[in-house]
Amino acid sequence: MPHLTEDDLVLHYYGELEGDAAGRAAAHLQECGACRQAFTKLQRVFALVDTVPEPALGDGFERIVWARLQPGLEHARHGWGSWFVLPPARLAWLAAIVVLVGAAFFAGRLSRPTTAPESTAMAAATGKDLRERVLLSDLSEHLDRSQLMLVDLVSAEGGQDVDVPVERTRAEQLLSANRLYRQAALDTGNLAVAQVLDDLEQVLVDIAASPEHVSAEDLAAVQHRIDDKGLLLKVRVLSSEVQKRQLIKRRAFTS
Amino acid sequence: MPHTDAAAVALARDGDSQAFRALVERHSRAVYRLAHRMTGSPQDAEDVVQETFLKAYKQLGRFESRSNFGTWLHRIAVNCSIDLIRARPHREAAHDAADLDQFGGDERGDTTRVSPERLMLSTEVQEAVTAAMSSLSQMERAAFVLRHFEGHSIDEISRALGLKTNATKHSIFRAVKKMRIALEPLVSMD
Repeated sequence: MPHLTEDDLVLHYYGELEGDAAGRAAAHLQECGACRQAFTKLQRVFALVDTVPEPALGDGFERIVWARLQPGLEHARHGWGSWFVLPPARLAWLAAIVVLVGAAFFAGRLSRPTTAPESTAMAAATGKDLRERVLLSDLSEHLDRSQLMLVDLVSAEGGQDVDVPVERTRAEQLLSANRLYRQAALDTGNLAVAQVLDDLEQVLVDIAASPEHVSAEDLAAVQHRIDDKGLLLKVRVLSSEVQKRQLIKRRAFTS
Repeated sequence: MPHTDAAAVALARDGDSQAFRALVERHSRAVYRLAHRMTGSPQDAEDVVQETFLKAYKQLGRFESRSNFGTWLHRIAVNCSIDLIRARPHREAAHDAADLDQFGGDERGDTTRVSPERLMLSTEVQEAVTAAMSSLSQMERAAFVLRHFEGHSIDEISRALGLKTNATKHSIFRAVKKMRIALEPLVSMD
């Protein structure tokens, strides 16, 4: 019998050789020192692969997963046409919005409104524009609400100033939408926007998963995270880009 | 908290969110580990965890009580990982196997410098394995992880990935070849 190829050895290792081939390979390995050595080497390579440890997960991992998940389950319970489960067409629009806003955010400015002829502007005011305006409005509201929450958190002094149940509910409500915007940003390659939304999501998760009583130290840690990443400023800039985009669309629609 | 998955599923079907929470708490780490291996990214793994439990929640009505919830969830997680891999083809262009020389040195390797026991414990090995895994294309990685770590048969993997059996085999062969070239120099053959 000819020597076993590496592919044969791989299939033999995984028990995937079919029929007589499995028996023939086993018999050949008994007789052939070269193939046996190659098989031993392969086994040792796989043994090394198996030494890689599992990714480390913190004690609160399950709590965080649940905090992220729970708002989505609420939406799921109230029907699948909800915001959380976006039909592909709406998701495509969301992605398009993120591309537009992301390009402006990345460039640090928005292009000026074009001075298109009135007839062109009117022609453009189609259902497409209306849907885009609705989504811009949703995104704008999301960023505004997120900003308000961040301001409340940053300006709170000591654990007593934070109404935990209220903040937790706000965070839960913001989480699922934020995740969708972040995914749309990632899928469309807007990494700068995705990073801001990811930073925001970390804070939202912290709040959504917080216990009934937040200590001053816990609050300080959240405030530090917000400060450290300049999160409030970044969300403001992103929000400002969205508002500019809204203004452009509104002017185009009404002109 | 319900003592068994079957009891938790029955309550969750009736709208008991705490019962579903119990299922999330029991299984989310396993789902994350699978997703992390499949995608190679912590953030993607987190997204897969979310999608997996959302899909499970929506499909609880279709879950057959006599089945194992963990196995059923595992299948959903594999599909969610594959969907995400397909949706984000940013790393599909893999390094050529020859590029792996940087991890493994030449094919003969210097296997005498460190004892095997020490190597097994060293971060050098872990870094080399992680780098070798990162060099796989996403399909190679998915096929290899499902075969090597998850113990799925090649036929099962072909169905999950939507590939022909031969294409799946070749994905696994390519993955193993890359891993071997990268790691063989670290293997002692005393």
